[in-house]
Amino acid sequence: MKSLNFDFLQRIKITGLLTLASLVVLSGCQGGGGEDEILIGHFGSMTGSEATFGTSTDHGIKMAVEELNASGGLLGKKVRLITYDDKGDAREAGTAVTRLVTKDGVAAVIGEVASGLSLAGAPICQENSVPMVSPSSTNPKVTKIGDMIFRVCFIDPFQGTVCAKFAREHEGLTASKAAILTDQASPYSVGLQEEFEKAFVAMGGTVVTKQTYQAGDQDFSAQLTSIRGSEPDVVFIPGYYTDAGNIALQARKLGLTVPLLGGDGWDSVKLGEIAGEAMDGCFYSNHYSQDDPAPRVQEFIKKYTELHKQTPDALAALGYDTARVVFEAIQRAGSTDGPAIAAELAKTKDFDGVTGKISIDAERNAIKPAVILEMQGGKPKFVTTIAP
Amino acid sequence: MVGTVSLSTKNREQKSELRTGNALLGLLPIAAGLGIATLMHFFLPGLIGQFYARIVTDIGITIVLAVSLNIVNGMTGQFSIGHAGFMTLGGYTAATITYYGSMFLWDSAGKHGGFLGSGEWLFIASCVAGGLFAAFAGYIVGLPSLRLRGDYLAIVTLGFGEIVRVILQQTGKTIDDVEDFKNAGWAQLIPPPVGGAVGFDGVPKYTNLFWVYAVLTITIVVAYRLKGSSLGRAMISVREDEIAAQAMGVNISRQKVLAFVMAAFFAGVAGGLFAHERGVIISPKDAGFQRSFDYVIMTVLGGRGSITGVTLAAVLLTALPEMLRDFEQYRLIVYALLLIFMMLVRPQGLLGIHEIWNFWQRPKSSVKSASPEAQV
Repeated sequence: MKSLNFDFLQRIKITGLLTLASLVVLSGCQGGGGEDEILIGHFGSMTGSEATFGTSTDHGIKMAVEELNASGGLLGKKVRLITYDDKGDAREAGTAVTRLVTKDGVAAVIGEVASGLSLAGAPICQENSVPMVSPSSTNPKVTKIGDMIFRVCFIDPFQGTVCAKFAREHEGLTASKAAILTDQASPYSVGLQEEFEKAFVAMGGTVVTKQTYQAGDQDFSAQLTSIRGSEPDVVFIPGYYTDAGNIALQARKLGLTVPLLGGDGWDSVKLGEIAGEAMDGCFYSNHYSQDDPAPRVQEFIKKYTELHKQTPDALAALGYDTARVVFEAIQRAGSTDGPAIAAELAKTKDFDGVTGKISIDAERNAIKPAVILEMQGGKPKFVTTIAP
Repeated sequence: MVGTVSLSTKNREQKSELRTGNALLGLLPIAAGLGIATLMHFFLPGLIGQFYARIVTDIGITIVLAVSLNIVNGMTGQFSIGHAGFMTLGGYTAATITYYGSMFLWDSAGKHGGFLGSGEWLFIASCVAGGLFAAFAGYIVGLPSLRLRGDYLAIVTLGFGEIVRVILQQTGKTIDDVEDFKNAGWAQLIPPPVGGAVGFDGVPKYTNLFWVYAVLTITIVVAYRLKGSSLGRAMISVREDEIAAQAMGVNISRQKVLAFVMAAFFAGVAGGLFAHERGVIISPKDAGFQRSFDYVIMTVLGGRGSITGVTLAAVLLTALPEMLRDFEQYRLIVYALLLIFMMLVRPQGLLGIHEIWNFWQRPKSSVKSASPEAQV
């Protein structure tokens, strides 16, 4: 048994410390837009395992904001971007959106890349009548939350169909047997896998084996060996680039030489760095191609490369497009009133974006083509465009 | 002779009066807590805005989790790092009951009824059910802990959280449509349709300040009473020295299992609150060790077995990342640095093994045997 013996000074110190701590807790930084600026919010994974997604998107949005401000702003006001990190965590995403919408008072919210996090943030935007535009959440459920929620990318069923169609019909591939290797911990991967399987089977193909892994796994030899045994014409891997790169390396080592096929999760400069030659002759579907000769695209790539010393991936392009779609809607609405902006967003038609012509349909999803890229010498090369 | 009899009867009456009086007095803190919770629910969002109200809600849920983990980690000295596993298990159980229960009862998974309406009662009942389910899991995990100590037990609890995570990933898609749900056969209900890796979305968002702080009040009162009770002291004796405790007649295995069951129960209830919070989608990821570690950090930072210390740590560590938003992507580094700094300055935790009021008590009063919390 011991008792506490504090002298007067110590007690004062402790009281002081506790007061300080409570002050830290109670004080928050004061935000809020001034009269002469329009606030746009962005929530994304700036840290955590999907950090490259958040930062790329943010770079794209920032570039659009800078361009806009340089050319005189919006409705005679400057636009200011507020970005909050959500660590790739649904609860943090909810908090970040609540802060953007109710405390900072943004005119519109851009985010998130991951569908699970968009689903967490969207109800808050919907309730507070602030439009939210997701740059790249492909899960169909996201825009079903309500009439304030939009996206500028295609959705999983479309991408699954595109991949299946390409696998079945592309010359030199014409696959009839596909193996699937899914990241079972990733909602994106699971969703895309289901849609691919549905479409591939509907087009007369067969899925010979379905294997799973978990993001971050290092050894895929068990799954790959059993895939090799099932003798597929193509292996569909709807995962993210880090795992896809490792899978390609190990597949080639095991003598599995058939082409691998993936979705937009593969798109990163890192894919070539990780897999190198192993990825040659593999395909993935994406939102845009860097080889696209359109001046809009080349101008964007040039500017982005100068600014960030790396070629923009699809997420950067989508972030850029999202911001510009939002600006245009605000311009047409003539105010920062949420429902008015949402009404104008819904009317977006044939918007000339870096990632193709964007039109928003009745379900607030974007109708736009997908491109198929082929890896050659560690670099993606444009193969074909598949329209909806 | 007659006199003595009447005297003893009188004594007995007095004693029983005293007892009922004490029992009523014992309910006071809970009543006060519920009162405060009601006031918070109606006035706080208006006073400080939706955003801060949300942080206050988050803080409440976190305190429930940290204080309950403290029963195992702090008081009984068993190092558990699977607390988020219990939370997620309870959360999924509760969410399943409200989501499909609402569909069954009211033909829609939306919110039903207002403050203290039928929907909220279903919600809180589901949270308790989630707690009970988690408590059952706690019993299962508590059993091997009879044989294991320290690092080995930590690995078992870590494994438990990972098992929960992987099992939840294997579950089926949620059934969105009421008709589909009513026509669903058993085949569709196995594996349970709770969303798989995507997480359980569409759960009606009932969690509000009232329920969070009502649960918080009960958790803290129970933890505090436990600490002062013979049970709690037996737990503390297990923490200090198992062999000595056993020599004094403490049933060590019973204490350990009890600690696990109680902690898991409150974690499960908190999981229910978490799953029904706005802007949250409970997903298998929540059962992983990262979230568990958040709560372990809180118990360590607050001080072993100190309820107020852990509460303080939970408040600080939940609010801090929000307050550090200005540092942008460096905020997690700043956060980690602050943690290291705090552990260097106060390795025994913010309050050590003491409660907060001990710091203002004069040495004389803290020696008094009447205040047990002063002399752990």
